[in-house]
Amino acid sequence: MNNAELIIIFSSIILQASPLIIAVCGETITERSGVINLSLDGTMLMAAMTGFVVALKSNNVWVGFLSAAVVGMVFALIIAFGSIRLKQNQVAIGFVLTLLGDDLSSFLGQNFTRIPGPFIKKLAIPVLKDIPILGPLFFDQNLVVYFALILVVFTWWFMFRTRPGLQLRAAGERPAAAFSRGVGVNRVRYLYTILGGALVGIAGASYSLNIKLGWSDGHTRGLGWIALAIVIFGGWSPIRGAFGAILFGATKSLATVLQRRYPEVSVVAFNSIPWIMMIAVLLLVSSQFTDWLISVMPRRLQRPLHQLLKVSPPMALGTIFEED
Amino acid sequence: MRIELRQIRKSFGPVKANDGIDLIFEGGKIYGLLGENGAGKSTLMKILSGYQPPDSGEILLDSHSKSFKSPADALKNGIGMVYQDPHDFPPFTILDNYLLGKDTGLVLDFKDARKELTELASRYGFEVDLGAIIDNLSLGERQQLELIRLLAGGAQLLILDEPTTGISAEQKVLLFESIHRLAKEEGKTLILVSHKLDEVQELCDYVFILRRGQLVGESEIPCQTSSLVEMMFGQVPSRSERSSFILGEPAVQLKNLKISTYRLTIEDINLTIQSGEVFGFAGLEGSGQKLVLQACAGILHPEAGQMLINGTDTTVWSFHKLQKFGVAYVSAGRIEEGLVGDLSLTEHVILSLPEHKFLVDWKGSRTETQIRIEKYQIVGRPDTMAAELSGGNQQRLLFALLNTPLRLLLLEHPTRGLDVRSADWIWQLLYQRREEGTAIIFMSADLDEIIERSDRIAVFSGGKMSHVVEAHKTSVDECGHLIGGQL
Amino acid sequence: MNFSKWLRVSWPVVPILASLIFTTVLLLGFGANPIESFQAMIEGSFGDRSKTLSVLAFWIPMLLASTGLLVTFTAGLWNIGVEGQIIMGAVAASWVALKVTAPSPLLIGMEILAAMAGGGLWAAIVGVLKTRGRVHEIFGGLALNNLAIILTNYLISGPWQPPEGGTFRGTQPFQEAALLPRFAESRFSPISLVFVIIAFGLVLLSLSGTYWGLKLKALGKNPRSAFFLGVSSERETILAMLFCGALAGIAGAVRVLSWFDSLRQSISGGIGYLALLVVMLAMFRIFWVPIIAFFFSAVLNGSITLQLRTQLHSSLGGILTGVMVLFVLLFGNLNALRRKRTEENVEIVDEQR
Repeated sequence: MNNAELIIIFSSIILQASPLIIAVCGETITERSGVINLSLDGTMLMAAMTGFVVALKSNNVWVGFLSAAVVGMVFALIIAFGSIRLKQNQVAIGFVLTLLGDDLSSFLGQNFTRIPGPFIKKLAIPVLKDIPILGPLFFDQNLVVYFALILVVFTWWFMFRTRPGLQLRAAGERPAAAFSRGVGVNRVRYLYTILGGALVGIAGASYSLNIKLGWSDGHTRGLGWIALAIVIFGGWSPIRGAFGAILFGATKSLATVLQRRYPEVSVVAFNSIPWIMMIAVLLLVSSQFTDWLISVMPRRLQRPLHQLLKVSPPMALGTIFEED
Repeated sequence: MRIELRQIRKSFGPVKANDGIDLIFEGGKIYGLLGENGAGKSTLMKILSGYQPPDSGEILLDSHSKSFKSPADALKNGIGMVYQDPHDFPPFTILDNYLLGKDTGLVLDFKDARKELTELASRYGFEVDLGAIIDNLSLGERQQLELIRLLAGGAQLLILDEPTTGISAEQKVLLFESIHRLAKEEGKTLILVSHKLDEVQELCDYVFILRRGQLVGESEIPCQTSSLVEMMFGQVPSRSERSSFILGEPAVQLKNLKISTYRLTIEDINLTIQSGEVFGFAGLEGSGQKLVLQACAGILHPEAGQMLINGTDTTVWSFHKLQKFGVAYVSAGRIEEGLVGDLSLTEHVILSLPEHKFLVDWKGSRTETQIRIEKYQIVGRPDTMAAELSGGNQQRLLFALLNTPLRLLLLEHPTRGLDVRSADWIWQLLYQRREEGTAIIFMSADLDEIIERSDRIAVFSGGKMSHVVEAHKTSVDECGHLIGGQL
Repeated sequence: MNFSKWLRVSWPVVPILASLIFTTVLLLGFGANPIESFQAMIEGSFGDRSKTLSVLAFWIPMLLASTGLLVTFTAGLWNIGVEGQIIMGAVAASWVALKVTAPSPLLIGMEILAAMAGGGLWAAIVGVLKTRGRVHEIFGGLALNNLAIILTNYLISGPWQPPEGGTFRGTQPFQEAALLPRFAESRFSPISLVFVIIAFGLVLLSLSGTYWGLKLKALGKNPRSAFFLGVSSERETILAMLFCGALAGIAGAVRVLSWFDSLRQSISGGIGYLALLVVMLAMFRIFWVPIIAFFFSAVLNGSITLQLRTQLHSSLGGILTGVMVLFVLLFGNLNALRRKRTEENVEIVDEQR
C-alpha cells in the first residue's frame, strides 16, 4: 500500500468520523452541565430520517439539517424537562426515548426507504488543499467535516476559556457552589442539554445526507451508543473525544481493509470489532488494570499518565439540583 | 455599613430553625455568634448571606430593606460567607475557581486574575501557588482563597462559619491576624460562627448567643466564660465521670504498617492497643489517620507491614471478613456510608445480624428492632425509614446496629454534628462497650474531645504519626503543636 | 391540588389514553383510519383462537425476562444486556437440540439447563466487566447484545445452516423430540407456562422473603452504605445477573423450541428490550408485571396484523407501548413533584472514576 492509498484511507476515516465528532461534542457539553442524554441512538435515527425526508421534500439539504437539529432539541428537551422539572430518572427516560426514536423513525420513514435524495457535495478549499498530506486530509472534504473540526476547537475554547463555559462546568461539578456564584444551574442545564441535542440531530442528518445516503430502517443504529461511550473515553473533553471518534473510525476502516486482504476470515470477526473496542476503551479508562499499569511506571510519569488515561466525570452528573 | 436583621423566621417542616431573631451589626467590629448544635446559627447566616430566603422578616443594610436571590446577589450588596466546607470546585484550577462569579466579559482574563490574586494574597500574608488545583490544597488554603475572592468581590461584611476547625496552627494565626486587620484597619464587619469559646473570647468585640432558634443573650467581650456557657446551654452541662479501667490483652497490633493511596502515603506505623482501651487519633483532615483507621477495618489494605487482632494475623483480610470477626467501623457519613435511606429500621437490623437464615423472620426481627429502639432511645418505629430519622437518631441507629461483643470498634468523628448532651450520651454507650472488652479507636477534629475521652492519643500530621501520649498528661497546646508538625 | 388528586384516582387510564391520542394523531397524519387500524390490531391479537394463543406464546418469554429483570433492577442494575442473554439461551438450547439425541423429556430438560447456563454466563460477563472492569452494565450489555446477534448470524449462515444451503433465515430445523410440545396448532406450549409460574414464584420469594433479596435491595438503593452493612456488591451483582440471565435464557429456549423450530436471526425479536419497558411501566411492582407483559404482547402481535392489512409499519405497536412508558416515567411519580427529592445519583459514569 503506498502513500496515496493511505491518504485516501485517512481522508475517508475523517469523513466517516465527522458525524460522531459532532455528536460527541454535543453530548460532552450536555454531560458537562450535569445531564445524561441516553437517547442518542434514537435521536440520531429520528434525526437522520427527518433530515433526509425534509431535504428530499424541500430539495434543500440545509433545511434538512435544520429539521434534524430541531428533532434533536425536542428529544433533549423531554429529557431535560423530565429530569429537571419533573425530577424523574434521566437514564430511564433516555432509554425509552432511544427505543421510541427507533420505532418512530421506522414508522414515519416507511415510505422513504431506499430512495435517492439530495446530499452534501464536496467543497475543497483552494490553496489549502494542495498542502502535502494535510491538504487532502483536512481541506479537501465537505462542509460537514469542516463544521465538525471547527466545532471541536470552538467547543474546547468555549468550555475552558470563556465565562459561560466556566459556568457550564461549574453546574456539572458542584451545583450548590455554582448557585452560590450566581450560576442559574437549571437554566444552564436546560440550555446545554438542548444545544447538545441539536448537535446530535445535526450529526444524525450528516449521516443520511453525507455518508450513508438516504434512509433505511435502522440506518444509524448503534452510532448513538458508540458516541456515548466515546464521551466517556474522551474524558468529557472535546479534543480527546474527537480523537476517540477518529480512532473508532480508524479501526472500522482497518477492518474493511483487512477484510479485503483476507476475505476468507469470516465477517463475524470484523463486525465484532466496534463492540469489542467499546469494551476495551472503557476498560482502559476506568479499570484497575490501568491503575496497575500506572503504578509500574516511573514515578515522574505517573501523574501525567494518570491525568491522561484516567477519566473522572463531572461530579454532579446525573444528579438533581433543588433551587430553594 | 450597618446591618440589621428583623424578626427573621425560618422553619423546616415542624422545626423552627429561626424563631423571630433581631440582630444588629455595626461596621468595624468583630462579632461572635454562639450556640450549640441546632441552635440556628448556620440557618441564620445562610439567610443573611443569600443562600436561602427567610420565611418572614427583613434584612436591612444601612436602613434599606434588601432581599437576596442568591449568594452572588448578596455579595454585590457587600455580604459574603466562607463556609466550613468552602463552596469551591475541587477539579478547577485556582484561577478558574477565582474567576467564576466575576462579571468580566466573555473571555476569561487569566492575567488579570493572577495579578489580583497575588496582590490580595500578599496583603494578608497568604501564600498562593497559582498553578495548583483546588483539590490538592489544604482546607486552610481553600479558606484563604475564598476569603480573597469575597473581598475582591466587594464584601464589607464577612461571615466565617467555624473557620478554625481543620486548619493548622500557623494558618489559624494568620487567619486571626487577617480578621483583626479587616475589622480594625479596613473597617469591615466580621461575624464568627463558632462553638469555641476561647477563640471567641480572643477575637471578638461582641457576642450573640442563640438557643433553639431564638436570641437568648448578648454580651460585650471580655466576659466570664461561665456566663457564656450558661446562656448557650441554659445550665452548665455536667460532664460525666470517666471511670478508670484496667486494660486487657493487646487487641490490635500494628507493625511497620505502610499504607499508600494516590494522594498520601503513610508508613512506619507501630501501635499496640489493648482491649478496653479508648485510643484517639488527632490531626487535621487528610493527615493519614483515616487511612490507618480504614486499614484496621480492612477497607484499605496495607502495602507493607502486619496487623494483628487478638493475636490473629488479619493483614490481608477483607472488610466483610473482619466484620464477621468482630471488627466494626462507623463512618462519619451516616447516610452516605452507613444507612440506606429507603430501608426501614427493621431491615437495617436484619442486615446487621451476625447469623442469617435463608428466609427472613419478619415478625421476630420487628420485635428485636423494637428492643433496640428502646435500648438506644431512638425516636422512630420498626417500620420507619432511615431517611425519616433526625441526624442524632440516625447516629443512635448506627450504634444500635453494632453487634455485641466486638473486638474492635473504629469510629470516624463519632459525635460530629451532635450537641453536647447527645455527644455525652454516645460516649456513655462507648464506655459501656469498653467494659465488655472492646478496643475503641476514634478520630476527631475536636482536640477537646480527644483529650477528654481517650486513654492514649496519637497525633497525625502530614502523613506521619507522632509518638503516643497519655491523654491525662498532655494538653491542647501540646497536641496543637504536634498537629502543626513540630514533632 | 384538585388536579393532582383527580389524576391520582384515575391514574391507570391516563397513560393509556395519552398514547392512544398520540397514536391516533400519528395515524391521521399518515392518512390512515385510526378506527380501522385499532380494529385491525385488536383482531390481530384476539381475532381467533390461534391468534390468542400467539399472544400467549409471545407473552411467556417476555414475562420470563421481565421477572428476571425485577431481580437486577432491585440490585440497582440496568441490565440492557437481557436481549443478548435471551439470544444466548436460545443458542445454547439450539446446540443441544442439534447435537444431542435423547428421549424427548430428557432432551428438553437438557435444553433448558443449557439455556440457563448460556444466558447466565452471558449475563455474568457483563457483571464481571462491571465489578472488575468498572464498565457500566449498559455499555457492557449493549456490546454483548450485538456480539450475540453476530454470533447467531454466523451460526445460521455457517456451521448450523440447513442442508439445502444457508439462507440467512434460520438454522437447520430441530428434531421433533427437541421441541416443546405445543397446544393445538399454535406456537403456545403449556409447559412454558409451568416454567413461568415457577420462575415468578422464585423471584417473588427471593425479593420479599429472603435475606439475599434484602441485600439486593440495600445494594440497589445505596451501594456504599450496603457495603458497610455487610453486603458484598461484587458477589451480589454477579448473582443477580446470573439469576436474571438464567431466566432470560429460558425465555430464549422457549422462543427457539416452541415459537420457532430452529435458531433464527430475530430469535429474540426485541423481547429483551420490551421486557425492560414492561418492568418500567409496571413501576417495578411484581404483580403488575404479568398484566402489563400481556398487554404488550397483545399490542405487538396485533400490530403485525396491522402491517399485513394496512401496509402500515408494525413499529406502530412499539410506538403505542413506548409512549405509554414515557408518560408513566415522566408523570408517574407525582409525589416527586411535591416532595423534595434527595440527590439521585446515577452511576452510569460514576464507575469510571
